[in-house]
Amino acid sequence: MAGNSEYAIEMLNITKRFPGIIANDNVTVQLKKGEIHALLGENGAGKSTLMSVLFGLYQAEEGIIKKDGVEVKINNPNDANDLGIGMVHQHFKLVQCFTVLDNIILGDETTKYGFLQKEEARKKVLELSDKYGLKVDPDAKIEDITVGMQQRTEILKMLYRDNEILIFDEPTAVLTPAEIDELMEIMRNLSKEGKSILFISHKLAEIMAVADRCSVLRRGKYIGTVNIADTNQDELSRMMVGRDVQLVATKEDKEPGEVILHVENMTVPSKLHHNNAVKNVSFDVRAGEIVCIAGIDGNGQTELVYGLSGLENCTSGKITLSGRDITHASIRERSTHGMSHIPEDRHKHGLVMDYSLAYNLVLQRYFEPEFSTKAGFLKKAEINKYAEKLIEQYDIRSGQGAPTIARSMSGGNQQKAIIAREIDKNPDLLIAVQPTRGLDVGAIEYIHKQLIKQRDEGHAVLLVSLELEEVMSVSDRILVMYEGEIVGEFDPKKTTPEELGLYMAGAKRQEVGA
Amino acid sequence: MNNKEKQSFLSKPAVQSTLAALLCIVIGLLVGYVALLIINPKGATEAIITILKNYFTYPSPKAAMKYLGNTLVKAAPLLMCALSIQFCYQAGLFNIGAAGQYVAGAGAALYCALALNLPWPICLIAAFVAGGVFGIIVGLLKSYLNVNEVISGIMLNWIGLYSVNMLLSGVKETASPYTVQLASTNPGALLPSLGMEKLFSNNKYVTIAIPLAVIIAIVLKVILSKTVFGYEIRATGIAKDAARYSGMKEKKNVIITLFIGGALAGLGAAFLFLSGYEQWSVTQSSVPSMGFNGIAATFLGGLDPIGTIFASYFIQHITSGGSYLDKNVYPSQISDFISAIIIYLCGFVLFFKLHLNSYLRARNEREKQKPIAKANKEEGGKN
Repeated sequence: MAGNSEYAIEMLNITKRFPGIIANDNVTVQLKKGEIHALLGENGAGKSTLMSVLFGLYQAEEGIIKKDGVEVKINNPNDANDLGIGMVHQHFKLVQCFTVLDNIILGDETTKYGFLQKEEARKKVLELSDKYGLKVDPDAKIEDITVGMQQRTEILKMLYRDNEILIFDEPTAVLTPAEIDELMEIMRNLSKEGKSILFISHKLAEIMAVADRCSVLRRGKYIGTVNIADTNQDELSRMMVGRDVQLVATKEDKEPGEVILHVENMTVPSKLHHNNAVKNVSFDVRAGEIVCIAGIDGNGQTELVYGLSGLENCTSGKITLSGRDITHASIRERSTHGMSHIPEDRHKHGLVMDYSLAYNLVLQRYFEPEFSTKAGFLKKAEINKYAEKLIEQYDIRSGQGAPTIARSMSGGNQQKAIIAREIDKNPDLLIAVQPTRGLDVGAIEYIHKQLIKQRDEGHAVLLVSLELEEVMSVSDRILVMYEGEIVGEFDPKKTTPEELGLYMAGAKRQEVGA
Repeated sequence: MNNKEKQSFLSKPAVQSTLAALLCIVIGLLVGYVALLIINPKGATEAIITILKNYFTYPSPKAAMKYLGNTLVKAAPLLMCALSIQFCYQAGLFNIGAAGQYVAGAGAALYCALALNLPWPICLIAAFVAGGVFGIIVGLLKSYLNVNEVISGIMLNWIGLYSVNMLLSGVKETASPYTVQLASTNPGALLPSLGMEKLFSNNKYVTIAIPLAVIIAIVLKVILSKTVFGYEIRATGIAKDAARYSGMKEKKNVIITLFIGGALAGLGAAFLFLSGYEQWSVTQSSVPSMGFNGIAATFLGGLDPIGTIFASYFIQHITSGGSYLDKNVYPSQISDFISAIIIYLCGFVLFFKLHLNSYLRARNEREKQKPIAKANKEEGGKN
């Protein structure tokens, strides 16, 4: 090993093309030994492609990779592993019904005469867990432990294989604020012990908090590398987006009007287990206010919205929309009587992916006399005209305009299409579920503006979000959901992310709605 | 400019489907030829030509026309079965039960014609309804009990076969297992030919069934691409969850789709048996292959009603052609074999389209790159 180089890994002038797009255009990233190096970019900027090249999943057309100053060829993930490169994926790669220890040794088992030698492995895992402060219970099953502990298991997997170069792919997306702090601490420990860390993220605050240096990608191009000590969030966001972005949504105070949505003792069963996903929940949403349901993923928010939109039947309770009882109304009836719904999963629910943009824009209205004749024929000219109008008005960008197939559009523009469709119905109540998930800063800014505009025009908005930053900046009132119940109601001006975090994690609760 | 026109021509879905289908046919025939060579190298070339020539083996144009008529008579029910499968496929359903729906249609049509002495329009309606009912059963099971339509469809195929065998054993010839001739028992149940028989050298089996099947294909094309119903059916097929989210009654749509699919297959059976071309054998113990061949025709037709018209004709063409082979040397199933290879290759249609498209995109990209590389620095990858 030639250990003279200052850098653990260098990716020099990497270019990777796909049909129709240059995913990485002459990108250079140099990871110093023992540093935490952030890789910042919007969705689709080419971060994942670059990491896939480093992992041997793709071969770059141009450019070279050096380890410790020596050029190496990485043809497949095994090569990467042999070079000591490990990765914590955004979606964990763990076997749910195996224990933590089994998962750590999986693929790298010590055996004797074909029998597993777990004791040695256990010793090594406990040592590592001590050394880096990674608290895990080696005998617990993955399905029983928290997301934070699952992530620590993933990190231990890398350490167990003696990886020197650790890649974290958007590691904070699934964590609570407390868990994020803990992860940051772990990352600092790891770098102190000499591990080199590549930290992929689009969250500026986290990068500022933990990284030493930061490389920025934009649309496949390498923009530059900066020292975190010499920069600030505004500069980073400008590098990432290419223009000034308003990071925190601003809105004027507004007195909410009459009650639009009234929910009383709603209970919704779960598809996953025998308990109820939503338990006896009551709340109101008024005209001209944004009420936000905060909480960690999987605490009943999805089912709450299914119950409201009619995708799932409530087993008990009462829902009133603008004074009308809609508890047993059909999905269509709710949709045509003042409810709009920006669904959580835009690919599954929000769009017919193989339909054209124009067809998708009338997905809730194709049957109306405006778009179809009495004999049941579609008025294609009218549909196209309407689509052109929305495309113009909401700035939906696509390859060929109205006839573009939805699947071929970018995530941000798909979401814009859904938002245009739902808002243009002029609803009394707009339900938006994680409307900014997976989108870049520019699109997020746009969507927040649209939500606030709806509020300012006197519509009621119910926002379900997992992003605390979004919750704090957009909402007028916050309801925290934990295990299917609303455990707290807050005014965003009078609370802190830390306080919300305690309620989200179930550590505290107040009696509300009683 | 010239180049650009060529590109847009090649990237049209219909052109691609046709190209892919032709490629499948060529490869299918080649494999068939190899099989013939293995069985008996001497006459293989002649045999494959015989299959392809079908009725053209007859030197007189009159005879050729007559036997073209026969091929068409059998192509019409095949087309109907193919349309049945195709229509359901648009709604995301694999209607393998078309075979059973076809059987139900045959049973209903023949029973009405032979046992009840009803005229042909009633027999057609009976076949339509019987096939539809078989489809509805599958649809109800699918919608309300989440039973996979392939499983319930296959089981209904057998239930249908034996029920129809029982039903029709009352109207069979005494000496043979076949149902009695329509022409002698109830000529009023024979489909009218409207003078078309003259065109086909007095082939009396040529009836309105043939143009009717083509018209139905065109109607289906219009329904699928231009109506609210088609919009819903296709949305349900492509994205069930999105259809539900938008408030479509996806359960109702599944049931209606399978009713229409079943009715089409049932009508197909009536088109064949009410022409008098064939009689039903009440001792048959395998489901008629018409419904299954429909799968081949619909995929070869690129899942498009219009393409399916041609595909159905082609498959029937080589099937009929196979019957002209020297049975002492070659089994007549060689045509079935070739069709089977072609079906197998139909998966290839998608593969072919995928690669053609990525090739076209890559070429397009290269063309675009040239001027951009010269002029532009910043705004390369905008959307």
